Amino acid sequence: MLSQQLVNGLVLGSTYALFALGFTLIFGVLRVINLTYGFYFSIGAFVALTVAREFGATIWVALPVGALSAGVVAVVADWILLTRLRRAKAGELASLMVTLGAVLALYSLMAVFIGTDIQRFPFGFVDNTAIEFGGIRISLVQMLIVGTTFVLVAVLFLLLQRTKLGLMIRALAENEDAARLMGINVGLTVAAVSFLSGTLGGAAGVLIGLNFNAIQPFMGEHMMLRGFAVIIIGGLGDIRGALIAGVLLGVLEVLTAGYISSNAKEAVAFTILVLTLWFRPVGLFGRAQAKRA
Amino acid sequence: MDGMTMAEWLDDFLFTYETLIHALGVNGLLALSMYCVMAVGQLSLGQAAFMGIGAYTGALLTLNLGLPFWLVLPLSALAPAVVALVIGGPTLRLSGVYLAISTIALGEVLRVLYINAEWLTGGALGLSGIPRKADLWLIYLLLFLAVLGFWAVGRSKIGRAMEAMREDEAVAGVMGVNLPVYKMGALVVSAMLAGLAGCLTAHSNSFIGPNEFGFEMAVTILSFALLGGIGTPIAPVIGALVLTSLPEILRPLQDFRLVINGLIIVVAVLFLPRGVIPFRLRRAP
Repeated sequence: MLSQQLVNGLVLGSTYALFALGFTLIFGVLRVINLTYGFYFSIGAFVALTVAREFGATIWVALPVGALSAGVVAVVADWILLTRLRRAKAGELASLMVTLGAVLALYSLMAVFIGTDIQRFPFGFVDNTAIEFGGIRISLVQMLIVGTTFVLVAVLFLLLQRTKLGLMIRALAENEDAARLMGINVGLTVAAVSFLSGTLGGAAGVLIGLNFNAIQPFMGEHMMLRGFAVIIIGGLGDIRGALIAGVLLGVLEVLTAGYISSNAKEAVAFTILVLTLWFRPVGLFGRAQAKRA
Repeated sequence: MDGMTMAEWLDDFLFTYETLIHALGVNGLLALSMYCVMAVGQLSLGQAAFMGIGAYTGALLTLNLGLPFWLVLPLSALAPAVVALVIGGPTLRLSGVYLAISTIALGEVLRVLYINAEWLTGGALGLSGIPRKADLWLIYLLLFLAVLGFWAVGRSKIGRAMEAMREDEAVAGVMGVNLPVYKMGALVVSAMLAGLAGCLTAHSNSFIGPNEFGFEMAVTILSFALLGGIGTPIAPVIGALVLTSLPEILRPLQDFRLVINGLIIVVAVLFLPRGVIPFRLRRAP
């Protein structure tokens, strides 16, 4: 019983980690709480749904198409909304407000055209079977989620640590002016970061949409509560912290639902968020700078 | 107005537009609650959540305990103030994004809790049959007093300190402004105003539901303040008036109401950092 719940918790947690990964990447490099991130999640799921429905695409096509389209949307959104503020070196609250307004406009526009009814992937889109493993059931969708999360995280780490683009991104995260003086094309690097995080958000949207099989324009907004909790518990901008905090949150939620009540589960993320702010605002590993006024 | 006396016409007008006139007053209060936090250079996105706490507290006290309205109203302001202390305590010591993030998260978690705690909040159906005790004169009296209060504070020494914080917090701190006290004070007052607005809404619509105080409402309240600007306390109230009555006048816009509210924030931050009413308060000598 407990081991089954731990497995379910790990699966749920890896979806949270995957979702929060792109969100924390944006903050870590661009120093922006970009709330349009929730929209990348929704649009990724919707594009995947559309190609699956209209063209009968399989998950192996729908997932990358959904994720990459979200990446493109992210580049455009960042360019329209944040270029001007970045140039003016406006404060972090100005960019937060702009993305907040934009994301409401985007969700609502999507709702006007698509409606707010819950939509589902076509029947038989993914295999619903589950395998038993020493008394523990795990479905193929769950394995797909965990597997994809592993692959995406590995690719992201390799990209950041081993490639020239990764070096550029890390330099930008360190100090924008210094990076520019070293000859780094800042505009291009910003676009690359937006694309990466949008792709991660879109992939999370497809996988989570698949897991709960419920797709709706505001799904990204409802996911944001977990996103906020994970990036703050992990430490703002800390990728490793976000991964661990995501998995931890998933496990704690499943255990709370199992041993306390399923209502209490919904409050877990917010409770840990507030506790973290009270007792350890720098996050799990204390690498984020919690600027004190 | 043929055949109608002025009083009859007024009665008729009030009857037709009653909901809108209530909403205008309540949204004015909400815009002021946003103004109050922004005036010290902070950003709280929990105004809708605080409003919801006030609305549910007020409705439950009236429905379950049958308390008189003059007691329900202050209690509905007190409940969100306590929540503001819990969230403001740690976040106001940190950089501004922490308050913004935890207050949006508050709205999200409350929405789900209202839906799940069916035995208390009526779940997704909400609470109905709340007696209509929020008279029009009461709403507008409170709005008037709030504007007057902010006006007086804005012209005083406290107002100067708040403006200094908005322009440059570090400098204001060095000049001897007690930053934590001002920030916490502003957040608590704003939560109380939002709680009042929530209680008034509950007792004028006679119905409240879990989705009325969520993300859309939070962003809408911010758009009131940003459209008007925060130079004077009357500016955000005008912003609220415009954005509340606009969809009523231009019916075809109704579907796009939230799209417009969102875009107003984008345009205001990018191009009109001081709002459309850029005047500032004259100071008392």
